[in-house]
Amino acid sequence: MKIPKQRGPVSTALFGVLAEAPGTQAKGLEGLQRLVAAQLAASTDIIADDDLQLALFCLYELHYSGLEGVSDEWEWVPELIRVRQLLETPFEAALRDAAAEAAGNLELPPASGLTSDAVADVLFGLAARDGGPSLSRYVAKKATLEQLKEFLIHKSIYQLKEADPHTFAIPRLSGRAKAALVEIQADEYGGGRPERMHSALFARTMRGLGMTDHYGAYVNDVPAVSLAAVNLMSLFGLNRRLRGAITGHLAIYEMTSSQPNRLYGNGFRRHGFDAQVTHYFDEHVEADAVHEQIAGRDLAGGLVEAEPGLLNDVLFGATAVMAIDGRLSAHILQAWESGRTSLRAAVPAAA
Amino acid sequence: MNQEPPESSIVVCPDGPLIVRGDFEIVTPSGEPVPRERKTVALCRCGASAIKPYCDGTHKMIKFRTEPPSP
Repeated sequence: MKIPKQRGPVSTALFGVLAEAPGTQAKGLEGLQRLVAAQLAASTDIIADDDLQLALFCLYELHYSGLEGVSDEWEWVPELIRVRQLLETPFEAALRDAAAEAAGNLELPPASGLTSDAVADVLFGLAARDGGPSLSRYVAKKATLEQLKEFLIHKSIYQLKEADPHTFAIPRLSGRAKAALVEIQADEYGGGRPERMHSALFARTMRGLGMTDHYGAYVNDVPAVSLAAVNLMSLFGLNRRLRGAITGHLAIYEMTSSQPNRLYGNGFRRHGFDAQVTHYFDEHVEADAVHEQIAGRDLAGGLVEAEPGLLNDVLFGATAVMAIDGRLSAHILQAWESGRTSLRAAVPAAA
Repeated sequence: MNQEPPESSIVVCPDGPLIVRGDFEIVTPSGEPVPRERKTVALCRCGASAIKPYCDGTHKMIKFRTEPPSP
């Protein structure tokens, strides 16, 4: 993707360093590490910090499809990995706080000898009580055409690379959990048909509304919390020690998806869009009803049976996504209900 | 004891659908294929899905139970 516009001192310094060749930036990297430390000390809420979330998003992007004009060599430069870790540590701590709050007084069966069915039960229980504000009902009943576009812009940050963060976890799993993740991912990636990849279906929906569908086109327009929702998946996917969290994340994602996607599709049908546009949502109604069973029982449950010590991280991943996506939904709904845009600045209407 | 696993399997999900995996076809009573977009499918067994024969997760909303309530 194109390098986005900077949002503060850290992203400015980061983009300055990345524009040059690795090996020439010893001073710049030192300065960047100091800036990160200073900005972290000044920031009261890293999840809502535009500068830090954008910097982290771009650092992760080096592990996905890269940044235009930036040398691929930067991906494994130790000093730059150090910058990423400086950001990841407080980000993970903030996520753990938010997740603990979302979990509330979760009653757990005894961890020893927990079966995969019991793990799935706990996760389905969590998904069922997700009582946050309903973005899907708003989209179904009230959203204007402009708001539908805003909704796609927020989603596009992830959906144009849908499934990629979880793919990083495949070689970290084994046996039943690995087979389950591969089965889900194969479906996410279209079962061998590139035009049916979920990211490709989402791109088709965007084009149907006259929007640009290339990856990262709208990064400049979304607030920090939209980036945080994607950064948390990269954090979980790229750190082997958090393999429990990425499975819990996927399980809750799938378990809270079928019905909202039916409602999202209804919102677009209400505005007269046909199956070309709604196919992405219709596909998820059916696919995620399959995936939620596999993700809850075989992936997360299978992992906990194999490695009982990971139960808490599975639950961390599950409740972290509830907390952050709840916060993002609340942000969007608050803006819309008071007649404002949920984006950082008005996006020029696409032709 | 060199028994090969069967080519297809049906997972009976507690309070949920039937997950069917392997080599099988889904057909109407007259033998016409039912449109199918994926290898592994979830078949509705609560009766409330809007996309039958496939599951759409509605069983969770209607509190479908596969086990009789305990006395």
